Amino acid sequence: MARLNLILLIIAVGCALSAVSSTHRARKLFIELESEQKRMRDLDVEWGQLQLEQSTWASHARIEKIAREKLGMRPPLPGQIISVDADHGGTSTVVGGAR
Amino acid sequence: MRPVKFSRSPLLSQRLPAWRQRLLLGLLLGGFLVLLGRSVYLQGINNEFLGDKGRARYERVIEISATRGRIVDRHGDVLAVSTPVKSVWAIPEDVKLSPAQSRDLSKMLDLDVRDLNRKLAADRDFVFVKRQIPPELATQVAGLKLAGIHLQNEYRRYYPAGDVMAHMLGFTGIEDKGQEGIELAFNDQLTGRAGSRRVIKDRRGNIVEDVESIHGPQEGKDIVLALDSKVQYLAYASLKKAITEHKAKAGGMVVLDARNGEILALVNLPTYNPNNRNRLAGAQLRNRALTDTFEPGSTMKPFTAALALDKGKVRFDTPIQTSPGKLTIGSATISDAHAHGLLTVAQVIQKSSNIGAAKLALSMTPAEMWEMFDHIGFGSPIKLGFPGEVGGRLRPAKYWKPIEQATMSYGHGISVTLMQMARAYQVFARDGDIVPLSLTRLDNPPPAGEQIFSAQTAREVRAMLEMAVQPGGTAPKAQIPGYRVAGKTGTAHKLEGGAYANKYVSSFVGFAPVSDPRLIVAVMIDEPSAGKHYGGEVAAPVFAEVMAGALRTLGVGSDAPLKPLQMANVELVKEGM
Repeated sequence: MARLNLILLIIAVGCALSAVSSTHRARKLFIELESEQKRMRDLDVEWGQLQLEQSTWASHARIEKIAREKLGMRPPLPGQIISVDADHGGTSTVVGGAR
Repeated sequence: MRPVKFSRSPLLSQRLPAWRQRLLLGLLLGGFLVLLGRSVYLQGINNEFLGDKGRARYERVIEISATRGRIVDRHGDVLAVSTPVKSVWAIPEDVKLSPAQSRDLSKMLDLDVRDLNRKLAADRDFVFVKRQIPPELATQVAGLKLAGIHLQNEYRRYYPAGDVMAHMLGFTGIEDKGQEGIELAFNDQLTGRAGSRRVIKDRRGNIVEDVESIHGPQEGKDIVLALDSKVQYLAYASLKKAITEHKAKAGGMVVLDARNGEILALVNLPTYNPNNRNRLAGAQLRNRALTDTFEPGSTMKPFTAALALDKGKVRFDTPIQTSPGKLTIGSATISDAHAHGLLTVAQVIQKSSNIGAAKLALSMTPAEMWEMFDHIGFGSPIKLGFPGEVGGRLRPAKYWKPIEQATMSYGHGISVTLMQMARAYQVFARDGDIVPLSLTRLDNPPPAGEQIFSAQTAREVRAMLEMAVQPGGTAPKAQIPGYRVAGKTGTAHKLEGGAYANKYVSSFVGFAPVSDPRLIVAVMIDEPSAGKHYGGEVAAPVFAEVMAGALRTLGVGSDAPLKPLQMANVELVKEGM
């Protein structure tokens, strides 16, 4: 009888300790989850800022200015445009080609 | 030694009175009952209140912020985005700054020291010291560790495209609520709703357990516009150039996709920078294409011709006598800029003869014309959800006098917005029907349109409009190499105080490619005052530039031989006004 009681006592204590440790682990994991979620929000914010920066750098006015002034580009003249039929293997048809 | 006999103790032999025993028992029992009652009260009846109090000792409710949705164009380029910033606020009573500290703070926040001190001396419980500062600066301010100075999270809206799309997008107020444009029209979808949840925090402030989510945050939805930012920029740059060149007061331009009614571009000038709205004047804010009406002038004529064709009054080549260039109706006389002589219906449109249009109109009843104007949307707002949209002026048919009916046929005595005009031209660009306009990108085919004219009529008018941009028409400058173009010029005197002034509104509405119309472009230039004022000279070149660029950008195949245009010495046919 006394031996059985002892075994039961040991089991009970073991259960109690494992409950304590698993709660602790759960909390630690939860803190980790929280910090990852915070990181997610921060990254989302950063993504927004980067998108903003990208569209500022890629603004059409800026691109046009650089293309015209720095790179000396200009729109093609009518005779310089070759129309390509993408649906049929890209065979090119020169529309009004030779000038 | 004398033995003690306990059993004979005199004390014990004295019997206690029976009531004392019962009293004690009663008191003890009563005590237990009180305890029992109290515990029932605490554990059972009052349990909830106490439980709440207990939880309040270790649980915290925290707010989960939600951001306002982004606005992107049809290709996903960001047009408006919210990003977190901080606002500095203070409880003036708690603030005790040394002169050196206030100097530091004012320098950091770029404020005048006196301004700062005045704010902090205010007799209020709460003052904003500075709103919406960048997070890095906020960290520095927090680093000063000043008593009574606090930071709060806020969002600020940025518009990377600046003034190019100002009227389309609108802007939000400091509380992140839409006030103009798309920001207002789609405010409900864009707005996020902050959520909150209950958590348990430990001593160091970490959240250790999630108790419950009170309500989840609802992030604002992103809005995908139909707008194409390349086309929009093209329209903006061309219109701006034209307005400077012609010293015009204002201008507007609308680009529509003829296949499904998507609004690809909307430009108004003068404009403003939505990121810095310190000096904002009413004129800059006006979304002219939707809120300002004007008498369209000759751009109205194709509708008159279409109605006459549709009702079977005339055919494509029915001759109409417009000589001698004057026509008296009642007490008023209308005239053409040039006397044209005998013209076919098609030539009336090509050469933009007022008299021809008036004669067409007078062959129909006012009710027929009113019904047609009403069906194509004149006189009632389009209802896109933008603030201040107007419907223009279209008087009921029973009040029309014959002279009014005649002038309305060529766009006077009726007023419209530029957007209404562009929308109405769908009947010619499509096969006689109108589909609803859409601000957002349509991923499904558009709803069935409302049939206004027969497909046959629409094709015939389309052919007339193509003649108008060819040599012999009013707008050869609207031609584009490689594409067949159709369109109509408009030049109207402005009404000022009830009389026509010597100021003009030049406009052009057209579409291309004619073989399978893809784009509708409407241009309006208000008060060009550098000498030229005809729609064919002022508005048509802007149309051609934007249309050519937009077709190329969208990869629309050409439907005409690519040869340089021949129009150097073509005399422009002046349209009637």
